[in-house]
Amino acid sequence: MVRVKLPYHLQNLAHTSAEIQVEVHGAVTQRLVLDALEARYPMLRGTIRDQATGQRRAFLRFFACQEDLSHEPPDAALPAAVAEGREAFMIVGAIAGG
Amino acid sequence: MSQVRVLVGTHKGAFVLSSDGKRKEWKVEGPHFGGLEIYHVKGSLANPNRIYASQAGDWFGQVVHRSDDGGKTWETVGNEFKYESTPGTHQWYDGTPHPWEFKRVWHFEPSPTDADTVYAGVEDAALFKSSDAGKTWSELSGLREHSTGSQWAPGAGGLCLHTIILDPRNLERIYTAISAAGAFRSDDGGKTWKTITKGLKSDFLPNPTAEVGHCVHHVAMHPSNPDVLFMQKHWDVMRSDDAGENWHEVSGNLPTDFGFVIDVHAHDPNTIYVVPIKSDSEHYPPDGKLRVYRSRKGGNEWEALTKGLPQKDCYVNVLRDAMAVDKLDECGIYFGTTGGQVYASADAGDSWTAIARDLPAVKSVEVQTLV
Repeated sequence: MVRVKLPYHLQNLAHTSAEIQVEVHGAVTQRLVLDALEARYPMLRGTIRDQATGQRRAFLRFFACQEDLSHEPPDAALPAAVAEGREAFMIVGAIAGG
Repeated sequence: MSQVRVLVGTHKGAFVLSSDGKRKEWKVEGPHFGGLEIYHVKGSLANPNRIYASQAGDWFGQVVHRSDDGGKTWETVGNEFKYESTPGTHQWYDGTPHPWEFKRVWHFEPSPTDADTVYAGVEDAALFKSSDAGKTWSELSGLREHSTGSQWAPGAGGLCLHTIILDPRNLERIYTAISAAGAFRSDDGGKTWKTITKGLKSDFLPNPTAEVGHCVHHVAMHPSNPDVLFMQKHWDVMRSDDAGENWHEVSGNLPTDFGFVIDVHAHDPNTIYVVPIKSDSEHYPPDGKLRVYRSRKGGNEWEALTKGLPQKDCYVNVLRDAMAVDKLDECGIYFGTTGGQVYASADAGDSWTAIARDLPAVKSVEVQTLV
């Protein structure tokens, strides 16, 4: 299971706590983690990735293992620690302008 | 006993203000979706417990919320607004071609007869329809594919379809207004469209009477007189007596004819309301005085309504979807400001009180009369 941390507003939207777990089959990549997240929480579709382009929304960033993964290709393997559930994949909203 | 429910979309959430028919004591509920930008909240005439809300901000994009209990609880419904075929381009601010890109829903217009049918006006300008209470949305692409579409240019707020009016006699007739393209009418349920801009004059255009390019801010219609339309444009208050075929100016003695809102008294189709704003460069009331103007003659002759409204040091704006009326016998008028106030009049505008004073900047106001 992959651990995912959500920003405050998406926790509210999905009626979840700050950290949830999703099951990813095959290679653990940004794309597949987000696919699994949206499959489990359909209300999150379009809130993390633009629905038309599939691109990460500009005001959100992805972090894991203290690294900024926002500009990594969506099909690149996430760190092993994320794939193995030891570290969380973090979806972080811009802190300004709330 | 009748009840009134005022649905307020703000920069940081949605609020529901409710009162009984006396409209003296108001209960404020919210913020729903606190911290998030709510562009529009509107209820269904067919089922007043069904309300749609457009959450549309830069962080999380478009989310559509629906309530089925009058705004107490909400669930998210469909938020995929996909343009039909290859969208092509419209004009960008600098005149260059710019691809059509969905950004947000500006306005919901539920069908008056079917609680599951609702229209959405979006940015970049297009019209969508849902027949399953918001689960899925389909574009009525005939509008965006109008022959003039490539010439449409955005106003400062974006290329937005902000007004949708359904003719109560015939729901196949739909009016829309787009900043800054103009006004359009369909007579076949949205399949085909024509511009309805004859008589509009916009001096900022190279051709002031061009078919498109007019920045229409809002259009209003009284359901008992559906061929008569009133328009607040980027300068000029206009009127059409023939379903938009021809427009003439009715600004008359207004102190300034720039503004955003326009609305019609619930029971008198010749009584209309505007809130004059100083100019296109200064979006606040002239002289620091917040004044609603009322015409009882469908335009031209206007009177200032000031009792209970601030008459000094007031520099708020009233955005285009932020005025509405109730249907009680003494028609109530409501509007919200960018300063966070919601003002209400229980006597058709003769006097006003602030029923909420410290909300976030108000983007939209709609009213439900529950009997």
